Amino acid sequence: MYLSTVSRPVADEPGSGLRRRRFAMVSGNVVALGTVSLITDVSAEMVAAVLPLYLVLGLNLSPVAFGVLDGVHTGATALLRVVGGFAADRFRRRKLIAGIGYTLSAVAKLGLLLAGRSIPAIGAVIAVDRLGKGVRSAPRDALITLSTPPEALGRAFGVHRAMDSVGAFLGPLAAFAVLLVVGQSYDAVFVTSFCIAALAVVVLVLFVREQPSGEAAGGDAAGGEAAGEASDAKVSVREAFGLLRGGPARRLVLAAAMLGLATIGDGFVYLLLQRRMDLGLRWFPLLAVGTSLAYLLLAAPLGVLADRIGRLPVVIGGYTALAATYLLLAGPVDGWPLIALALTLYGAFYAATDGVLIALAGPVLPARLRTTGIALVQTGQALAYLVSSVLFGLAWQAWGPENAIRAAAVAVAGVLVGTLLLLASPSRLTTRKVLR
Amino acid sequence: MTAMSTRAKLGVVVASAVLLGTVAAGYAATAAQAPRTTPPAGGEQAVTLAPGPRLLAITDRHVSTVAATDPAGPRTVAGLECLRVYAAAGTGVCLKPETAWSYQVVVLDATLRQTRAVSVPGLPNRARVSASGRMVSWTTFVGGDSYTSSGFSTRTGILDTRTGTTVASLEEFGITRDGRAYRNADVNYWGVTFTADDNRFYATMATGGRRYLVRGDLAARSVETLKENVECPSLSPDGTRLAFKEAVDADPAKGWRLSVLDLSSMRVTATAEVRSVDDQAAWLDNEKLAYTLRRDDGQPDVWSVPAHGFGTPALVIPGAESPSPLT
Repeated sequence: MYLSTVSRPVADEPGSGLRRRRFAMVSGNVVALGTVSLITDVSAEMVAAVLPLYLVLGLNLSPVAFGVLDGVHTGATALLRVVGGFAADRFRRRKLIAGIGYTLSAVAKLGLLLAGRSIPAIGAVIAVDRLGKGVRSAPRDALITLSTPPEALGRAFGVHRAMDSVGAFLGPLAAFAVLLVVGQSYDAVFVTSFCIAALAVVVLVLFVREQPSGEAAGGDAAGGEAAGEASDAKVSVREAFGLLRGGPARRLVLAAAMLGLATIGDGFVYLLLQRRMDLGLRWFPLLAVGTSLAYLLLAAPLGVLADRIGRLPVVIGGYTALAATYLLLAGPVDGWPLIALALTLYGAFYAATDGVLIALAGPVLPARLRTTGIALVQTGQALAYLVSSVLFGLAWQAWGPENAIRAAAVAVAGVLVGTLLLLASPSRLTTRKVLR
Repeated sequence: MTAMSTRAKLGVVVASAVLLGTVAAGYAATAAQAPRTTPPAGGEQAVTLAPGPRLLAITDRHVSTVAATDPAGPRTVAGLECLRVYAAAGTGVCLKPETAWSYQVVVLDATLRQTRAVSVPGLPNRARVSASGRMVSWTTFVGGDSYTSSGFSTRTGILDTRTGTTVASLEEFGITRDGRAYRNADVNYWGVTFTADDNRFYATMATGGRRYLVRGDLAARSVETLKENVECPSLSPDGTRLAFKEAVDADPAKGWRLSVLDLSSMRVTATAEVRSVDDQAAWLDNEKLAYTLRRDDGQPDVWSVPAHGFGTPALVIPGAESPSPLT
């Protein structure tokens, strides 16, 4: 099944640089990275789907004790993500760092077998898995930006994220199939998951290119940042910090963090939806499925749209969809229309922002520091989200759920104004070029 | 790598896929051959929940009974598969698999016939029946959303078998914490135990990283906190004490000590069981508690220990879990 997809990048090998964008979908490297993400997400979501079953029914562990161990690792992961991004830039080995990330997550699947019933061991294995996920995303996204002409970045990220979501969709089905065949053997799910993850690493090693020949030109189209990969000097820590010292990169990281503040998290959104609907509790997991479906279907079209009308408008539109989702949760619409509308808008929010934000960021960041920059953007967003979910919890306590969600919608509006001021200011020389 | 032709690369991918597929299939095949749990032979006499000097428990995922005087002796096992079971006054509750992914709360009459079934989200955790056999309660664990967290939340429901009224989740109830109205999105409940009036109950409520003993009122749809760090309460038959699990140093990661709270003095007495007990204990009578402990390989055993804090734990039913006296 994967092979036909894998063969595509090679078949589509572009003859010459930028002209092909009219007919070629996306570059071979992007399809290769998308394939790796797709396979990896099958593997990851297989485990995610059975982990609760395994811990509670397979090992008879107390999930409460497990929950205590969870959440400690978020801070460490955020830091290591930036360190990994910097290493990828300094040694110009983005593929290697991404590969290490994918390999760590693959090995973690086997670790689950070895951890047995020890809660600290399971916690450590899950931490390794998260670490792998944290380390690989920035170099992967940097490779996408470096393999794509800047005017086609939205489409490239759209296609990549759509492929990624397809994998997330297939994962639980694959886990279900394995359990159907072998009975209650969770070990078999982990081994299968490991094998699938290992296949993804093989595809990465063989088909993902570090220096996309004939395409690298696209990476450095950000105005005068021509120094790029051509420069021989290694990236220094000082130079990396320089990203935050000023200019468009700092504005981007600030904007990303601000946008992160506007998200309260899936858990709260689904909880509010379920409260409004008096939805049978067992349908609860399907809310996430509905959102993923909308995300999967909209990611590529919205990416293409972002290339046409500009990335900032699409990101703004995405956050407007988020505000609309929040307002719906406290609004007059009820019943199935509420569910359909809210999940579509929420999926559209992800589709319009997750990849598009990086597409917006990529060209603004100098190529030689791109992985670090993307890691900073992603980390800023993740840390801000942690803060906002805590704040929303407090707002819920103080004002009740309806008023808290209205406040969140107001916060989105405020954040949008701030983002516009930061990114669309008259001095956004480089940004404007990107938007053309 | 650059030297490799596309054809060669594809060949390597195909070969890897075949190799890895073989590994996965081979492992799955050996796992599938491992002895599956089959319903143990039922024996001649059937399992009943009628009150009598027997103990109800789960053996190898199936409902079973043993004589109270010889609990390690011959066991009567039914074909009914449950992950948790409890019974009182001829009414039983069983948390039973519905599909590979979902579970049902099933209310049973004394002959194990199903009288009601409620589909519940998540994984079975606790089950209780009030002493009169009228009220039924359950707790399930619900996995967090895979994108944002791997934390768990719980859902605790109550069913009145006389009126058919169901509370799908206690999270709908009003909360008074330390004398003040309280609300929070992170509120979770688990481990209900009913009082003799079939309206008042005790349970655990968790919020903001703390776990409270709450007293609830079904008719008023409200709960109030009584004490911190009390989980999985179980009311003694005489209604004076609660057996519960107390997190060591108030930190569940350090395990739980099985303890008893005197409701008139609010004094806590730790039992002689020093191993970590993660269970809602059952009172065998007014003096003795039964609970499940797991061996290193995860196999369960039912143990008992005196409620007054002295004595020593004793193995009651080897290879069984979810004990309940048939009263």
